[in-house]
Amino acid sequence: MSGPNTSYDPVEVAALEPEAIEQAVTAALAAVAAAASLEELKSLRGAHQGDKSPLALANREIGALPPSAKAEAGKRVGQARGRVASAFTARQGELEVERDNRILVEEALDVTVPVTRRRSGARHPISLVTQRVEDIFVAMGWEIAEGPEVEAEWLNFDALNLGQDHPARQMQDTFFVEPEGSGLVLRTHTSPVQIRTMLREDPPIYVLCPGKVFRTDDLDATHTPVFHQFEGLVVDEGITMAHLKGSLDAFVSRLFGEGIVTRLRPSYFPFTEPSAEIDCQCWICGGTNPSCRTCGGTGWIEVGGCGMVNRRVLAAAGITDEKYTGFAFGLGIERSLMLRHGVGDMHDIVEGDVRFSAQFGMEI
Amino acid sequence: MYAPVEWLRDLVQVDPAATGAEIAAHLVRVGLEEEDLHGGDVVGPLVVGRVLERTPEEQKNGKTINWCQVDVGDANGTGEPQGIVCGAHNFEPGDLVAVILPGGVLGGDFTITARKTYGHLSAGMICSARELGLGDDHDGIIVLTDWFAGQEDALAQLTPGTDLIPLMGLDEETVEVNVTPDRGYCFSMRGIAREYALSTGVPFTDPGAADARPVAAANDGGHAVRLSDGAPIDGRDGCDRYVARIVRGVDVNAASPTWMQSRLTASGMRPISLAVDVTNYVMLLLGQPLHAFDLDRLNGAIEVRRARAGETLTTLDDVQRTLHPEDLLITDNGETVLAIAGVMGGESSEVTETTTNVLIEAAHFDPTTVARSARRHRLATEASKRFERGVDPAVTAVAAQLAVDLLVEHGGGTVDDGVTDVGTPAHPVPFAFDTTLPTRLVGLEYPRAEVVATLEAVGCTVTDSDPTGNEVTVLPATWRPDLVDGPDLVEEVARVRGYDEIPSAVPQHQGHGLTHGQLVRRAASTTLAQHGLTEVLSYPFIGEELFDRLGYTADDERRRTVRLANPLQDEAPLMRTSLLDTLLDTLRRNVSRGARDVALFEAGLVTRGDNPTAAPTPRLNGRPDDATLDAILDSVPAQPNHIAFAAAGEVVSAGVGVIPRAYDTYDVIGWSREVGRVLGAELTVTAATLAPWHPGRCARIALPDGTLVGYAGELHPKVVAALDLPARTVVGELDLDVLTAATGAPTQARLLSTYPAANTDIALVVDESVPAAEVEAAVRSGAGGDLESLALFDIYRGDQVGEGRKSLAYRLTFRSSEKTLKTSQVTALRDDAVAAAKKATGATLRG
Repeated sequence: MSGPNTSYDPVEVAALEPEAIEQAVTAALAAVAAAASLEELKSLRGAHQGDKSPLALANREIGALPPSAKAEAGKRVGQARGRVASAFTARQGELEVERDNRILVEEALDVTVPVTRRRSGARHPISLVTQRVEDIFVAMGWEIAEGPEVEAEWLNFDALNLGQDHPARQMQDTFFVEPEGSGLVLRTHTSPVQIRTMLREDPPIYVLCPGKVFRTDDLDATHTPVFHQFEGLVVDEGITMAHLKGSLDAFVSRLFGEGIVTRLRPSYFPFTEPSAEIDCQCWICGGTNPSCRTCGGTGWIEVGGCGMVNRRVLAAAGITDEKYTGFAFGLGIERSLMLRHGVGDMHDIVEGDVRFSAQFGMEI
Repeated sequence: MYAPVEWLRDLVQVDPAATGAEIAAHLVRVGLEEEDLHGGDVVGPLVVGRVLERTPEEQKNGKTINWCQVDVGDANGTGEPQGIVCGAHNFEPGDLVAVILPGGVLGGDFTITARKTYGHLSAGMICSARELGLGDDHDGIIVLTDWFAGQEDALAQLTPGTDLIPLMGLDEETVEVNVTPDRGYCFSMRGIAREYALSTGVPFTDPGAADARPVAAANDGGHAVRLSDGAPIDGRDGCDRYVARIVRGVDVNAASPTWMQSRLTASGMRPISLAVDVTNYVMLLLGQPLHAFDLDRLNGAIEVRRARAGETLTTLDDVQRTLHPEDLLITDNGETVLAIAGVMGGESSEVTETTTNVLIEAAHFDPTTVARSARRHRLATEASKRFERGVDPAVTAVAAQLAVDLLVEHGGGTVDDGVTDVGTPAHPVPFAFDTTLPTRLVGLEYPRAEVVATLEAVGCTVTDSDPTGNEVTVLPATWRPDLVDGPDLVEEVARVRGYDEIPSAVPQHQGHGLTHGQLVRRAASTTLAQHGLTEVLSYPFIGEELFDRLGYTADDERRRTVRLANPLQDEAPLMRTSLLDTLLDTLRRNVSRGARDVALFEAGLVTRGDNPTAAPTPRLNGRPDDATLDAILDSVPAQPNHIAFAAAGEVVSAGVGVIPRAYDTYDVIGWSREVGRVLGAELTVTAATLAPWHPGRCARIALPDGTLVGYAGELHPKVVAALDLPARTVVGELDLDVLTAATGAPTQARLLSTYPAANTDIALVVDESVPAAEVEAAVRSGAGGDLESLALFDIYRGDQVGEGRKSLAYRLTFRSSEKTLKTSQVTALRDDAVAAAKKATGATLRG
């Protein structure tokens, strides 16, 4: 800071003239307004706000004025410097916004460029359908029971009232374990899990038995020697065929769509009496399309078998109290998958081609 | 079973307007399964045509066609001859043929139009039997005078233009149904008609009833028959009733009547000769298989006995069969074998063109005996099919009577007065039945009167043994061996009312949800899928040489498994002992189909161990005793739940903004640890040497207590070569049952410290042979409880650390739960960590 001007000569302090100050302000505002970038604005600061700028010089002259004039001159110069400063600040703000916006524009990516940094995985649709079926029954208060695939012949056949002479016990249907008389087979259905459950637990029993089963069929478009089933078993007091029908109706409406029901047709199975075939209402055409590819125009699709558990079967598993009755049913997972998702060829389900599973992802 | 509608109408009052489809629906309602509907699909004009001219014209393709002018009367609207191209040659001008005119429709929805072919406008078609759905004959067209040979009524109507549809029975429909094993009686028109009556409520007159026709009483004058079964199966005589009737002087070559022929044809059987046709016809009508012997080729009494060792029989299909001691035989005087009872006859006693005296056999054979013989000799015949499922033992004599009556009626001759009827068939056993059981078991109200009426309608005799209560005594019909207890009768009551009336009621129950093991398996699969692996399923069958290719030693436990007696493929008779056994095959298949980068996983059971002791198979009679049950359960080999994964190629392929990287050992170890981590188990990794892995790139994955969970790493190059897999294939397999057992306890949360963390880096130089896990363990133990995390961020090898050594760079993050750590405290902890590493692994701090 400079000290008081002791050799004061009013004639020489032209810088304090109002016109001169106004001129300096006008020049500064014009320059600020014209600044096109933050750098340019920064470079202008010396000329208009620096120590050598006209207003700074004018400010320095104030000290030379007689006290009576200092206030007015000070006010005038102060206001002028204030106008210039706020012009700089305002312009600075504008230019910063412009810069920021420009950077965002420059940083823009083409988000449509396909970039894959992780391979996508998938569950097998057989697993997904199984899980969905399990969840439907779990929601009804049932539990899931499982068992071995290499199974005792007694549990797979005898306990289910399939005697030694039953046609299903022949080599053309069942895989037998060596040596002859080993008493082991590859289970032909998940029914042995039902027997195991009843041997282990007392009623009430509400179980779903999903799993892999084996029959000596050749692989073709609709058959596979290794396939998946889910069987249901309920044993409780007062269980009737109406409960069987109700459980099946509840199930198909949840898997295939609200309002879809089942139809039972009399049939025969050694392990149930009475027995029935299960038809499911066609969820594609509802029976309205005579050339429907899903149901063949009949409105119904055969999906499995069921019935009231034969008393001999209950007795084999140690349930002899006649107050207990039960029902059982069995349906195929592959068939459900093929029908629900339009899978045309069994080969695709069993050959393990990743392209098949990949279509389904993680939820179906 | 084929049920011609015309025949059904003869037995039961079918609504005249009912279509085949409607009749089928009625049968399905009570438990027969509709297989097909035949006939009724040819639409006219199908008329008699007389060939006026037949001009053979050789074609460029070497084939000769006939350009014919055919008189079809007024059927074409003009009366002019119809020009038709015909490829067959078995006819001459003047012959009467079957002509379908434009607008007509053949089976399979084939509409006939006038069309240009071989240079002519062919306006119709001269039909073969196959084209009309009347058999398999397609060697030539039908010449109507041959077709209707011997049928004077029909021949008289054969003038050009006559409608052939009714004349040839093409308006007749046949319902084909599947018969379930418990309804053997439905392998007869008698049974089908009864079911139709049950379903519709129309009256039914039983053609098999004892009073359906006059039946000659048994006497001692008939052909001698001895029933001498020395080895009954399950205590049941192989033959418990045998009726023999004799017709002498019959013309066995006479044509059977047209109505019988057309019924046989409609039932899928070929008319052959009177003797054969009559036995088949009676079988189709009553369900009783019959056999006709040439009486003059028999020397003595008929003896029914089991086979002796070494006996043989050449059956009618010209196959010489070695008989089994369980086979029940029809023999001539106990010596010459005439037939396998209920299955097939032999050539030596067959009725031939020269036969004049015929012995008709109508017998009742044990279902098990016949079933076993049929299966043993792979002879599923019309007779065996019926005997296996149970033939009505009360219809035997009626059937024999009908057969001899028909033979005499159409082939002349006389019936012997001697009537043989020996044996004592087991009668149905009456049992008590609670008439409220149908209501209780079905969940639909069935009044007592309805229950009784239904049981009587199906043929049972119901006795009111307890007029005040609900109990009745039910004697099942002789043709219903399947009705043995209450639930059997419930099915009858329910099906006759209709299953469609059964209401829908959801039973209420509270369950426990999925088990921990089930949740573990779901989580493991989901985790791998989320890490970019695709789940696949493979058949669990393998061949023994796979174990060699995988490099298993001779005593490797993983060679112990069960062997199938009848594998799908002879080269794959074993059950897999690891999922990788078959997953690798799936990997190769994907690669061969063009997938270069593949990551697969499979979850499932594997077999571990064989069955040292055979599992008992006691005959079903309630729950086996504990010892037997334990023996059954214990004989089943262990089958743990595994999950396996295999990958080859690149994790991600080169692309915009992507650095490609190949799958390697650390991926499979990482997936293993991740599966553990999502289940709350911190799995440990140690180096291991085990086939089929690369000896230097195999990790043993274990629980913190050392329990083995599985292995992961790169496949041995020899295995890769032996299995034709992509180089550097990496694989792993984990036992999910071990993980299930080790997890499940609720994870306990740590209190989170809000004091600041302090980082410090160290580089430790160790011998190349020191595993990183050992260094890490030592650092952790030395750093103490305030070490929050430790990360190995670099491994350096090179001049600065010297040959055979490596430098491991770790970032240690410390955080106290009680205070802010000062720099000096962090330094002290770091020094402790370094000291511990030095002590345990000889590590030195790299300067």
